[in-house]
Amino acid sequence: MTEKQHITIKGVKEGLLFLLDDQCEFSAILDELQYKLEKTHQQVLTGPLIHIHVKLGSRQASEEEKEQIRAVIRQRGNLLVQSIDSDKQENADNKGASPELKMLTGVIRSGQTLQHDGNLLLMGDVNPGGTLYCTGDIYVLGTLRGVAHAGSGGRTDVIIAASLMRPTQLRIADVISRPPDEWITGDAAMEFAYLADGQMQIDKISQLFRLRKDPIVFKGV
Amino acid sequence: MGDAIVVTSGKGGVGKTTTSANIGTALALLGKKVCMIDTDIGLRNLDVVMGLENRIIYDLVDVAEGRCRLNQALVKDKRFDELYMLPAAQTKDKHDVSPEQVKDMVLELKKDFDYIIIDCPAGIEQGFRNAIAGADRAIVVTTPENAAVRDADRVIGLLEQSQISAKLIINRIRPNMVKTGEMLDIDEICQVLAIDLLGIVPDDEKVIKAANSGEPTVMDPSSRAAIAYRNIARRILGDMVPLMSLEDKAGVFKRFRKFLGIG
Repeated sequence: MTEKQHITIKGVKEGLLFLLDDQCEFSAILDELQYKLEKTHQQVLTGPLIHIHVKLGSRQASEEEKEQIRAVIRQRGNLLVQSIDSDKQENADNKGASPELKMLTGVIRSGQTLQHDGNLLLMGDVNPGGTLYCTGDIYVLGTLRGVAHAGSGGRTDVIIAASLMRPTQLRIADVISRPPDEWITGDAAMEFAYLADGQMQIDKISQLFRLRKDPIVFKGV
Repeated sequence: MGDAIVVTSGKGGVGKTTTSANIGTALALLGKKVCMIDTDIGLRNLDVVMGLENRIIYDLVDVAEGRCRLNQALVKDKRFDELYMLPAAQTKDKHDVSPEQVKDMVLELKKDFDYIIIDCPAGIEQGFRNAIAGADRAIVVTTPENAAVRDADRVIGLLEQSQISAKLIINRIRPNMVKTGEMLDIDEICQVLAIDLLGIVPDDEKVIKAANSGEPTVMDPSSRAAIAYRNIARRILGDMVPLMSLEDKAGVFKRFRKFLGIG
């Protein structure tokens, strides 16, 4: 086996730890497992009863796949599979406050709609007639000329920020606002929209720290 | 193997047919073998602009339905030996041909011609899908109006989905109105649409006159629009031609006043 090894076997107090790679194909793991048990690790794996703990890394295996792993290991009579675990997926349950940022590149043109669950950083323009829906914050590194709807799931603590703010319409949660009747901006550069008392407000991006609970705080000096 | 270019815009009345006729003729002027296809079935115009209406025997739908061979339907131009046109049918509509049929025709024509210019109908429905089916690249025509730019943007989005690269022609620019800020300027349009600019064409009354007499504007070198179309044709061939200046040729008196600083 010249290629990269997908399986690492470690001895621990309770028995053996099988660390399986989480990036490769699942079938590659099964093949290698079979190979290791039959060919390379015979002396280690023979003898008294050994407890096996299988760690899948970040791979999410189905019950069927877990059963396949058990079947392969069970071929050696002295091996007993105690557990098959994956790392816990972070932020799986607290989706609403997910700090993750999805980055996308491209131009949202007239007639095109982009929907995203979470926060979104778009590197490119949103043209008039284009629409951006997002359950979290929207950051546009480019010109926002179309419609942007942040907090489309109902969150009101989200913002819409753009390098150049020239939207047809802005929406945060249920509040709809259209410039320039409701707010007038200066050069429209580096601005963001947010909700204050149910009203849409626009401000310079440098003022955003007043809104956020966790701005950077420098100490000393 | 030739190059198939579709001329499209989304919005009607911005000058697709005029642009197709003039680019086709300009390429023929430069010695290329060109075939123009009118895909605006039911509302054919290209033949009128080219002055070839009375020479039509068969049309695109006849070819699609097998009533004639493709080269029987081609109409040879009266001015050039190597310029041909495949006219649209006037009695049928867009649903009478399929994108596959148009694609087959374009593929067949590409064997014999250097350039295939496909004149697309307005809109983004069946007619548009027919027109872009066989195209290798696209020319998007717009005018300096918000509505036209909006539609051009929509069409560029659809072309991107079909993986056809597009270049832009801004048609019917009025330099004076741009200068006073009443008309969108070129930079603004290019910024929104974010595609390469192939050329700009100033608004010229001679274009209307030429279209009515069935003689493409490019034939008349005294027209500014003709020069613009010739420049565009050279850019299509890969030449580097600078954008034409939109400044009016100032009269002696005006230049004198400018010199004195009161103009």
